[in-house]
Amino acid sequence: MEQIYFLIETLAKVVVVFAVLMGAVAYLTLAERKILGHIQVRYGPNRVGPFGLFQPIADGIKAFFKEDVVPARADQLLFVIAPMISITAAISLFAVIPFGEYIELFGRRVSLTLADLDIGLLYVFAIASLGEYGVVLGGWSGYNKYGLMGALRAAAQMISYEVALALSVMGVLMISGTLNLVEIVQQQAGWHWNVFFQPFAFIFYIICALAEINRTPFDMPEAEAELACGFNIEYSSMKFALFFMAEYAHLVAVCAIATTLFLGGWDGPFNLPPALSWIWFAAKTGILVYFFIWERGTFPRLRYDQIMKFGWKFLLPLALANIFFTGLIMVLTGA
Amino acid sequence: MAIPRRKGIWWFIKGIGLVLASVFALLRGLWLTFSKFFSRPVTIQYPERKREVAPRWRGVHYFESTTGGDTLCVACGLCVAICPSQCIRLVAVELDGGGRYPEIYEINTVRCIYCGMCAEACPVNAIKLGRNYEFVDYRREDLVLDKGRLLANAPKEV
Repeated sequence: MEQIYFLIETLAKVVVVFAVLMGAVAYLTLAERKILGHIQVRYGPNRVGPFGLFQPIADGIKAFFKEDVVPARADQLLFVIAPMISITAAISLFAVIPFGEYIELFGRRVSLTLADLDIGLLYVFAIASLGEYGVVLGGWSGYNKYGLMGALRAAAQMISYEVALALSVMGVLMISGTLNLVEIVQQQAGWHWNVFFQPFAFIFYIICALAEINRTPFDMPEAEAELACGFNIEYSSMKFALFFMAEYAHLVAVCAIATTLFLGGWDGPFNLPPALSWIWFAAKTGILVYFFIWERGTFPRLRYDQIMKFGWKFLLPLALANIFFTGLIMVLTGA
Repeated sequence: MAIPRRKGIWWFIKGIGLVLASVFALLRGLWLTFSKFFSRPVTIQYPERKREVAPRWRGVHYFESTTGGDTLCVACGLCVAICPSQCIRLVAVELDGGGRYPEIYEINTVRCIYCGMCAEACPVNAIKLGRNYEFVDYRREDLVLDKGRLLANAPKEV
């Protein structure tokens, strides 16, 4: 009986998280276009429905009915698999993220986390680097020189920034002493947010995350001006839409992880009941997502060699120094 | 990051100064876009609201008409002669009183470059360029203006 309960509970949570995530991703595309529009002193899409609210639906229908072109000389199997890898990796990240504390349903306590893994953070990094395969294989399999260039850049950039990303999170790990994301959030309760103890780690994490999800100013793999969209150049129809959705799901995931690790997860003022604690999580994630869109409207793209130089010669030593000083302070204070 | 290649403590301080300056520049950029985010968009929502054209705007042609409603044109042929894209077709007839009258007067607006030379050349100010810029159709034949359509294009007296 207990197993059936567990199964139903998990299934229900999966369905809810998936639905909310896909809705968020769809409306994130609209939000991004709107915010970029207002940054550029124009309106953004506002014709489809009130305030353009049906735009994502129209885009989805359009993507669905477009012709699905597979280049004749493409590696057919990899070409089809690559977008799937991308979207699967992006969505799987949400399995370990704690959205809220718990909720009382039918006399049972349902925790608002899909999987309370003891190695949650390790899982996050493993899955996040899996997402790179989607980009690399997608660019490589299309038999297109721009796609190949994008794939090469993606491989180099994402791998080098992954090092700095992992190192920037290391400071949080040293403080919390656990890889379990739920425990990390619980330790931050009551304004003991990690961002106050690890401000530099937070900044490094944000920068590396931008590079990790290929966003401006690090959008090398899909540099429009030089590579004509880069790795997804040969993709059309729903395969392109999958890459697109993966990109935005990855964006939300990265912000959610930042919220969990640095901004105290569901912790917040006003003592909300545990069933509503997800509101704080959503709000913090939303603010981070807004920042990611905002900086896209602000910063130009870096040159490729500048990106690599910045990653290896600047970010990596600073992340190492951050670990060193964190350790030093921990030893000196005896924490 | 163009950190100067000099050793010693100054190298370090200069490097930190450069980093701080760059970070400040980035933050200033963010502030600019943030303030623009809350400013009013300058977009004119086109089909509902239209931009006022310049006073000397050269739009689609029209004929000035006499009190009888016919064209003022005397079929002198100056517009045909001056038209740089040669898009005006004129067949003139002699009237009994000795005057001339355009039997056929057609402007092919697909070829027309809207330079306004015809209006400049016209001795009786019969052909003029109006202010209408919304002039589209599905077939090329429909874009050739004949005498009747030129007369109909005249701006309404308000």
